Amino acid sequence: MHELIAFTIVGVVTGAAYAVAASGLVVTYSTSGIFNIAHGAVGMFMAFVFWQFEMAWHWPPLAALFVTVCVVAPLSGAAVERFLIRRVSDASVATTLVVTIGLMVGLIGLVDTIWPPQARVLLPFFGHSGFQLVGVFVTWEDVITVGAALGIAAGLRLFLYRTRTGVTMRAVVDNRGLAGLNGARPARIGTLSWALGAMLASIAGILIAPELQLSVLPLTLLVVDAYAAAMIGRLRNLPLTFAGALLIGLLQSYAVGYMPSTGIWDSVPLQGMRLAIPSILLFVTLLILPQDKIRGAVIQVRRAVRPTAGLARSLQGAVFLVLAVVVATSFLGAGDTVDLGTGLALGLIMLSLVPLSGWGGQVSLCQMTFAGLGAFAMARAGGGGSPLGLLAAAGLAGAVGALVALPALRLKGLYLALATMAFAAAMDDMFFPTSTAFTFNGSVAIPRPSIFGLHFTGQRSFVIFLAVVFAVVSVALLALRRGPFGRVLSAMKDSEAACATLGLNLTLTKLVVFSISAAIAGFAGALYGGMESVAGATQFEMLQSLPILLLCVVGGVATCSGALFGGIVLGLGPVFQSALPQVGSVTLLGTGLAGATLGANPDGVMPALYERTASWCSGVSARLTGPLARKLAGSAAGSATGPGTAPA
Amino acid sequence: MSSPDRSVPVRPVLHLRSVRAAYGRIEVLHGIDLVVRPCEVVALLGPNGAGKSTVLKVASGQLVPTAGCFHILGRHANGIRPDVLARSGLCTIPEGRGIFFNLTVTENLTMMTYGGSSRREVQERAFARFPRLAERRRQVAGTMSGGEQQMLAMARALSVQPAALLLDEISMGLAPLVVDELYELVAQIAADRVAVLLTEQFARAALGVASRVAVMAQGRIVAEGRPDDLPADLADAYLGGSGTAGRREAGGSADTRAGDTSAGDTNTSNGRAA
Repeated sequence: MHELIAFTIVGVVTGAAYAVAASGLVVTYSTSGIFNIAHGAVGMFMAFVFWQFEMAWHWPPLAALFVTVCVVAPLSGAAVERFLIRRVSDASVATTLVVTIGLMVGLIGLVDTIWPPQARVLLPFFGHSGFQLVGVFVTWEDVITVGAALGIAAGLRLFLYRTRTGVTMRAVVDNRGLAGLNGARPARIGTLSWALGAMLASIAGILIAPELQLSVLPLTLLVVDAYAAAMIGRLRNLPLTFAGALLIGLLQSYAVGYMPSTGIWDSVPLQGMRLAIPSILLFVTLLILPQDKIRGAVIQVRRAVRPTAGLARSLQGAVFLVLAVVVATSFLGAGDTVDLGTGLALGLIMLSLVPLSGWGGQVSLCQMTFAGLGAFAMARAGGGGSPLGLLAAAGLAGAVGALVALPALRLKGLYLALATMAFAAAMDDMFFPTSTAFTFNGSVAIPRPSIFGLHFTGQRSFVIFLAVVFAVVSVALLALRRGPFGRVLSAMKDSEAACATLGLNLTLTKLVVFSISAAIAGFAGALYGGMESVAGATQFEMLQSLPILLLCVVGGVATCSGALFGGIVLGLGPVFQSALPQVGSVTLLGTGLAGATLGANPDGVMPALYERTASWCSGVSARLTGPLARKLAGSAAGSATGPGTAPA
Repeated sequence: MSSPDRSVPVRPVLHLRSVRAAYGRIEVLHGIDLVVRPCEVVALLGPNGAGKSTVLKVASGQLVPTAGCFHILGRHANGIRPDVLARSGLCTIPEGRGIFFNLTVTENLTMMTYGGSSRREVQERAFARFPRLAERRRQVAGTMSGGEQQMLAMARALSVQPAALLLDEISMGLAPLVVDELYELVAQIAADRVAVLLTEQFARAALGVASRVAVMAQGRIVAEGRPDDLPADLADAYLGGSGTAGRREAGGSADTRAGDTSAGDTNTSNGRAA
């Protein structure tokens, strides 16, 4: 009995911390219409700011708390809204998700830079002192956590439903234009809601930090656990969110207390299940709960709809890529060649997003998980470089992809993205660290394939092989895009409703495209593992999928060259890092900053580049052909063709 | 709201001078001149896509004119944001119910306090005129009937006590009986020295209360005057009333057909700009 009470109290305290985190998420979503994936990262950042004030500069705890929660947090939240979020407020779900992913990755990089990794201690409030409650020791920090959760619950309820500002925040999400016609200032309200969200994130971060030794990734990801609670509240309902948070806290605590740890239970998957409870709950909740209509995705602006490259053009591009890599590897040093190869392999993983996200409009946050499955299959079935390993990689990832997609098919946009995220997080805890896969904290050798008697043992030959594979897959994908299946995909992205009226079976389409995408990711993962020669569980964890999606979208997710761009940029991370050693994590910081460019360039870098060069070329050709035409055809005809060719 | 002397020509509340407006590169208003004075109800009529709603968008600050200018109470108002105009006495009820569907009736009324009235004043005025809203004060607005929703929208016009009221297609999707009731209310509001500018696709509903009618086609005002002064052929072409409009347009005089083409054009441009 005493044990039960003890675990219950622990569960309630954990649940309260989740509740604080989840409430911030719900407030940001229901007042700005954007799901802030970076919520946890904001809390993590604020916990570091608080540490700086309290521990490094020895401010009194209360002053440090006040300045962090009431000054730094709202100001940063407002700044984020003003400079990042506002520019994408009417973009698609995918774009807004990617921008907040960029914020998350960027914040991690920023913290690594400002506070280089070292052991830091953040004492709980009132140290470790506490009191006995029915025979269980409870610290004051625990009491404060529960009190904060209750206070925030009551305060938010009053604020959002009783004050005019709170009502206006909800009204702006309902109908932004109408709020303006009523006389409210929608822009200011948006800034305010992000300031409030950041404040709530900072409270959550500061309360949770002491328990986690102020370490970056656990703090960032702990709030991912709060997603499940927010989802139980359907991202709107605060009381249900709090109930959900309590449920997760208690389940986790009881799992620690009562789940047996002997016999069959003493295995990584089942022990990992304890950690994965929030992820599993998130997945289940997403599947069970009735779907809310997602706002903000009604009208999507597609500025420049570029025609898909034809066969000739895609072949030209493919040959160009292979030649460029052959030439580049002839003079690059060994280190740079490896980076180029890594970039090509990562680009190949990103290529898996092109049909899924770029053409089909579905967002996935688990491509690295599929890549990990591919690497695992290669290690198992590709012994001695047998090409069967590659087939197994694509097959296994494709099959798992279909399995994941099957229940998740009814989900749309944000919900599908979160479901894939939950799947990735669960795999991190339950599969990758097992002895079957990559072993806990260890790594496994991944063989390189040998095809037609060719062995790619040298770095240069394997890099060229990767370029050939990238080119072949791109050409095949573009052919798919030009065919009937590609048309259906594109139609699905434009309007699911219109597809339904045409009698298109979107369920099957989604299943197939998800499977294809997973298969490509698995295939690419096997080669990525081969490039690195060894692979460990951390390389394929959920967090790694975020830069994959982000840089691919920045490059241009609807184009194969966009995936190449993203891959090369991510692969060149070590080069950038060595150029700027004073910055903690150039890759993360740079990736985050790249995400910020999406506001100006939502289609990605490569399409914009094409457009720029196309208009430049036509400008040049008009200048060249204009006078020529005039000379040839006489002044009357020339004046007609001159202006005619210019805008083409 | 003083000087009830009506013989002196009063200063216009809304004044559009050769206003041109465009969605992206496609111009949809080709020079609109329009004056609305206090106590006047000006009805903008015309076929779908003639530019009626665009005129209201300009007048409410949602769309900045590309040429010409737009004055409110004698002040140049090009480029003033809609929320600023709303706080200074312009009440705009957009097409398709000007209410927040996910908020309750009371919360919707709270949103009407930006015009300057207190929460209690707004509620008293709204509930006095529409007792039905008082019964449903805790109900989420989106779950009410269409008529009740439009009542709630019109409650803003009552409670804000604006200088000018802009109404876009308030009869859309409502039963004829409710429409008559709404226009009766519009007349009452106008009598309280408010300048009312409204658009209506089915003219018959608005003709009863309009003091002046401006007929639009292809982004221009093609006729203007008191409802009974309008040339008979125009009245026939555009104001055929809700019952006969469809048939006449289908039969098609040259004018109507041209109007329809422009409707198609502006709709496309609308979609691109949105």
